[in-house]
Amino acid sequence: MCSLCGLLGEDHWTDMTAHADAFGGKPSRTRRHERLYRVSLINKILDFYSLRLDDWQGQSFVLSSGTGNTEIVDNLMAVWPAAELMIGRKLDPMDSNLLARLDARSTQH
Amino acid sequence: MANPANLIPVNIITGFLGSGKTTLLQALLGSPAFADTAVLINEFGEVGLDHHLLEEIDKETVLLQSGCICCTIRGDLKDAIRDLYSKREQGKIPAFRRLVVETTGLADPAPILSTITSESVIRHHFRLGNVIATVDAVNGILHMDRQPESLKQAAIADRIVLTKTDIATPEQSAAVTKRIKQLNPTAAIIEAAHGAAEPSLLLAHDVHDEKHKVEEINRWLQVASEDHHRAHDHEHAHGAQNVNPHDERIQAHALTFDQPMDWTAFGIWLTMLLQSRGEDVLRVKGILNVVDVDTPVIIHGVQHIVHPPSHLKRWPDDDCRSRVVFIVRDIEKSEIERSLVAFNLLSALV
Repeated sequence: MCSLCGLLGEDHWTDMTAHADAFGGKPSRTRRHERLYRVSLINKILDFYSLRLDDWQGQSFVLSSGTGNTEIVDNLMAVWPAAELMIGRKLDPMDSNLLARLDARSTQH
Repeated sequence: MANPANLIPVNIITGFLGSGKTTLLQALLGSPAFADTAVLINEFGEVGLDHHLLEEIDKETVLLQSGCICCTIRGDLKDAIRDLYSKREQGKIPAFRRLVVETTGLADPAPILSTITSESVIRHHFRLGNVIATVDAVNGILHMDRQPESLKQAAIADRIVLTKTDIATPEQSAAVTKRIKQLNPTAAIIEAAHGAAEPSLLLAHDVHDEKHKVEEINRWLQVASEDHHRAHDHEHAHGAQNVNPHDERIQAHALTFDQPMDWTAFGIWLTMLLQSRGEDVLRVKGILNVVDVDTPVIIHGVQHIVHPPSHLKRWPDDDCRSRVVFIVRDIEKSEIERSLVAFNLLSALV
């Protein structure tokens, strides 16, 4: 790992993204932009389960359900178990119904 | 996150009961190149090190003639590693530069790996090195057929040491080797009749070792290439997608992706997959062509544990596509491919 990848002081492997010389991210993408971009992508998935994620002060995320449940989670990996508890089932990225929804939206775009 | 180069590598030696872990460990401890190694075992009696003992530091710790430190695990592995590190920092034991943990024969290595990578103190001082599994050439197939622990130990290993080849028939050795290659084609298989194996290859050559990083990646990519050719031949022969010759629950799938990978989308996909099917995703290894990044990114995970991704300075060959090997249980190659491709297009929906 290059020395720049750890500059955020965060530990989760998915967080090593924000610096232009690290993983992905255009040179103009700041840490804040990166977090908002992540939230926007993940909401494309959570929407299928009627859930929503918001950035919370650049430190955590707030997961919300359509029925008003909310939970603060620290990182991306923590989103999924919290979401499972809210909807009472697993969120499977290989679920054919989820993938069909994504395909349909891609076609619309 | 600390630079992995500054962390103490931890090697796990696993393997079924009687498969030769102890013999291998004895051979490794005798290597001068690894004299500054600390070893955690379950009890001294298992290793039969008594005649090597030079100095007893305390009831659980001895200093061996080779310079290695050997400790027993009393209770929790977490406490044993923390205690060892504390003694190191206090100067009570030599400043070891590597730690080897020997598991019991019936252990699932995954929780041990998780302790090293996730425990709040340990992960700041140690990093995971190669996982080494011993497989008995005489009884290995029997063990893998009947003992799920044995199968899992071999499936997640980076190095597989084939033991007892001196008493196995050539047919037995060949059959076990073939089975291992089907189960875990990314692992290096080393024959060791009496525990004699190249210690550096087993312990030190890993993806965090700058001198051998490319060599290790090439081993993974070789699998991707072979799988591609097997799939090609198989499709011609049967018109089918499944490249595995046997209907095994655990399968190795090598996938190649033409489109550059959106790192954020990849992180979302893999974390979601590991949450829902982590028990069935035994290994993930590969290099990614990440959007807006010129050099390849190494991705490397064991079950729920994903190593901090790292860079390669250049592509190891002319093929600049993302290539990833998945060793999974009850998951088809087409399922992974369809799902990851769909997630990689998420940015188009924003």
